[in-house]
Amino acid sequence: MLNGRRTRLDVHPMKRLLDVLREECGLTGTKEGCGEGECGACTLLVDNRPVNSCLVPVAHVAGARVMTIEGLRGRHPLQRAFVEHGGAQCGICTPGMIMAAVAVGRKPALDQIRTGLAGNLCRCTGYEAIYRSVMRAR
Amino acid sequence: MIRADLLQRSRLEGLQGSKSADRVPAFVPSDNRLMTRSRRLNAVGRNVLRKEGIEKVTGTVRYIDDLSFPGMLHARTIRSTIPAGEIVGIRLNFDTDGFTIVDHRDIPGRNVVALIEDDQPSLAARAVRHVAEPILLLAHPDRDVLRSADVEIEYRQTPPQYDAGTSPAIFKTIAIDKGDVEAGFRAADVIVDGDYRTGHQEQLYIETNGVIAVPDPAGADHGITVYGSMQCPYYVHRALKILLGLPDEKVRVVQTETGGGFGGKEEYPSMIAGHAALLAWKSGRPVKLVYDRVEDMLATTKRHPGVIRHRTGVTRDGRLTAMDIDVLLDGGAYATLSAVVLSRGVLHATGPYGCDHVRIRGRVTMTNTPPNGAFRGFGAPQTQFATEVHIDRIADRLGIDPVRIREVNALRPGDTTATGQRLGADTSALQVLREAVKRTGFKRRRRQLSRGLTPGSDPSRTRPLRGIGLSLIFHGSGFTGGGEVKLASRASLALTERGARILVASTEIGQGTRTMHAQIVAETLGIPYDAVEVNAADTGVVPDSGPTVASRTCMIVGRILQRCAEEMKARLGRMTPKQYLRAHGPLMITKEYERPAEMRWDDAMYRGDAYGTYGWACDVVELEIDRDTWEVKPVMFTSVHEIGRPIHPLLARGQIEGGSAQGLGYALLEEVVMRDGRMANAQLTNYIIPTTLDTPPMDIVMLGIPYPHGPFGAKGVGEMPIDGPAPAVVNALRHAGIDLREIPATPERVMRGEVSSFES
Repeated sequence: MLNGRRTRLDVHPMKRLLDVLREECGLTGTKEGCGEGECGACTLLVDNRPVNSCLVPVAHVAGARVMTIEGLRGRHPLQRAFVEHGGAQCGICTPGMIMAAVAVGRKPALDQIRTGLAGNLCRCTGYEAIYRSVMRAR
Repeated sequence: MIRADLLQRSRLEGLQGSKSADRVPAFVPSDNRLMTRSRRLNAVGRNVLRKEGIEKVTGTVRYIDDLSFPGMLHARTIRSTIPAGEIVGIRLNFDTDGFTIVDHRDIPGRNVVALIEDDQPSLAARAVRHVAEPILLLAHPDRDVLRSADVEIEYRQTPPQYDAGTSPAIFKTIAIDKGDVEAGFRAADVIVDGDYRTGHQEQLYIETNGVIAVPDPAGADHGITVYGSMQCPYYVHRALKILLGLPDEKVRVVQTETGGGFGGKEEYPSMIAGHAALLAWKSGRPVKLVYDRVEDMLATTKRHPGVIRHRTGVTRDGRLTAMDIDVLLDGGAYATLSAVVLSRGVLHATGPYGCDHVRIRGRVTMTNTPPNGAFRGFGAPQTQFATEVHIDRIADRLGIDPVRIREVNALRPGDTTATGQRLGADTSALQVLREAVKRTGFKRRRRQLSRGLTPGSDPSRTRPLRGIGLSLIFHGSGFTGGGEVKLASRASLALTERGARILVASTEIGQGTRTMHAQIVAETLGIPYDAVEVNAADTGVVPDSGPTVASRTCMIVGRILQRCAEEMKARLGRMTPKQYLRAHGPLMITKEYERPAEMRWDDAMYRGDAYGTYGWACDVVELEIDRDTWEVKPVMFTSVHEIGRPIHPLLARGQIEGGSAQGLGYALLEEVVMRDGRMANAQLTNYIIPTTLDTPPMDIVMLGIPYPHGPFGAKGVGEMPIDGPAPAVVNALRHAGIDLREIPATPERVMRGEVSSFES
């Protein structure tokens, strides 16, 4: 399942999930920042858990539920909050950051946010505006 | 897809601005007059929604790597593996069928990355000056085939120069003299010396450098378009004209949404754009060149390492009588912007302090390492790190308080800087210092922590060491000296049916250019923020507004736009835009930078008004040091900034928070390990930037003291936040008993620092 839709793909099983989404599925909202699982720009949800899609061969998600930023359809309260509270500056980390924040769950405490987003690097905000966005999302 | 109703809602709120503006806390102390007045303004001072915000949070905005053109080739750069020498031979150990291959002989124009000195080749012909210097370019439709191509290069090596201090090749020297420094030393009770060192720093935008070059269909007079991630489309435009030997109108450069810059996309895009263009020119097909993270870190520019020596005369009560400062920067292998970085460095070398007798000597030299270049702060973080740590050491020596020594010497309105610039009413060093001291209870907290540090208070030595320190800094807005006059930047405003369209070459790189410019125009015209559109930074359409650097986009370009809007408003009179367009046809207003009448600058003598004005800031850091691992953890960060009037308080605050985090990384974590002229840790696994767990809570305050020549009183904000954190951290470490003169303050250095402090 890709963003709630049953999806069949004919690709090399070892191709990175990130590349399959971007090149085969036209879903370019998921970004590459480092290619080694350090920056979290490629974060998406596999069965509701955040993963770095640059480290996942596509074969690993056969039969799983994959959710990307496009899957939120602009309706998630976090998306609106990131615009209102300055959580997105240059925007390149934003899709991954939002997906990681979705996985943190509803009404998190600041410590939970810090821990939940520790694998997502942002070079613009110093994270403060991201915390404000996540805490005020409703 | 962007949901239409979400978009609609956001437009509505942007228009009214009230809902989101009310929910954010006041960023300015409540007694500030400006904040009260700003409620009456239509757009300026409000936290309107970012122009491209919805596209960013929905993942629909297109960065360069998200774009593709029919028939597009992928490209790869073959780089040198030695720091110095000559290329003797190149062997292509692969089937070249289907490849486009470019070397220096394929360059139709001049083989340079045109900038200031034109000393850097686009592709090395024979001489190699650094590891990762580009030599050969390959393009192929299939990325896997491209990656597997094996190229062997044979070199004759020569001894590399790694020490900037002994390098005989000097890119630039600058001397600043004020008064008689020897007389100043004679008047001193105490003389304090110190050497301070700062390391490289990688900008580490999360989007790597990348471009796509698209040639026009072949013909007698075809041209080329380059799309890419960049700060300065007109820098790229000029470099491409010279490289390809093309006239103005045959080269078009279009900025795509840019995932961070921090200076790292000021001059470097001219290099990568040239490479993609050469391949596109030769193949006749679109060519995409996007670096991976390792290549970006190995090959692109970084912050200049610095060695700064201070010798300072001071009276017993803390007054500075003489400042003798020597600044050395490591330029790397080519000149890039080093001369200008040095300029900003020396112009900030005294810190925000008044002294009658000053001698500053600056030089930037060549080493066989990848060229260093622009990075937020641009020389000032290095020199102000040294000054601020030195000032604390002077206070220690005299046995006076770090706040007191700053109060005594801080520049005040009417004082003169090292270049003789007489400072205006917006000189706020004392205000930011006092506000930061008051807000943090600095003196009391310092005493409390000091008691905890007295010998015997924790005999088991199990508790972490704690310290608190501060820094006071300033930062010039806009280009140095006569730079703005030379740039002669232009901005245009076109009348539309709904309102106006902004045409500037200033780029949105996350800092909020589009939003802030639209607010200035909306406010001036008296129309809703949403009635102002912003054109893409496309050299085919927009005038040259100068580069998006030097904290100039709001204060300088924003002011030009304000003047465009003033004239547009006068032309409209009582007509609506629609009525005007029907009666008179299209209306486009273009204005050029105007130097404030009283500004004077003598570039030969380095005397006069170095900058239009300055921002002022005071940072306070409290930190703890683990006694086992020597890791330093900042636990609280406070910053008081005076940046004139913030046009968009939330965006301005975002600049301060983000720049401060980057400055804390510079202070504590970010170490570029150069081994044999090559960055040994060119990946995110071991070049560490701050994560959520490394960044302390931040308390940010902005004082608004309007600058008369800025739009609605605004000054620059982008760079200053990175100047203060490093010295505040090192001063906090000294307070905890650790004497460091070098950053980053990695555990290894902190451990050594403790030993030396107990010896001294």
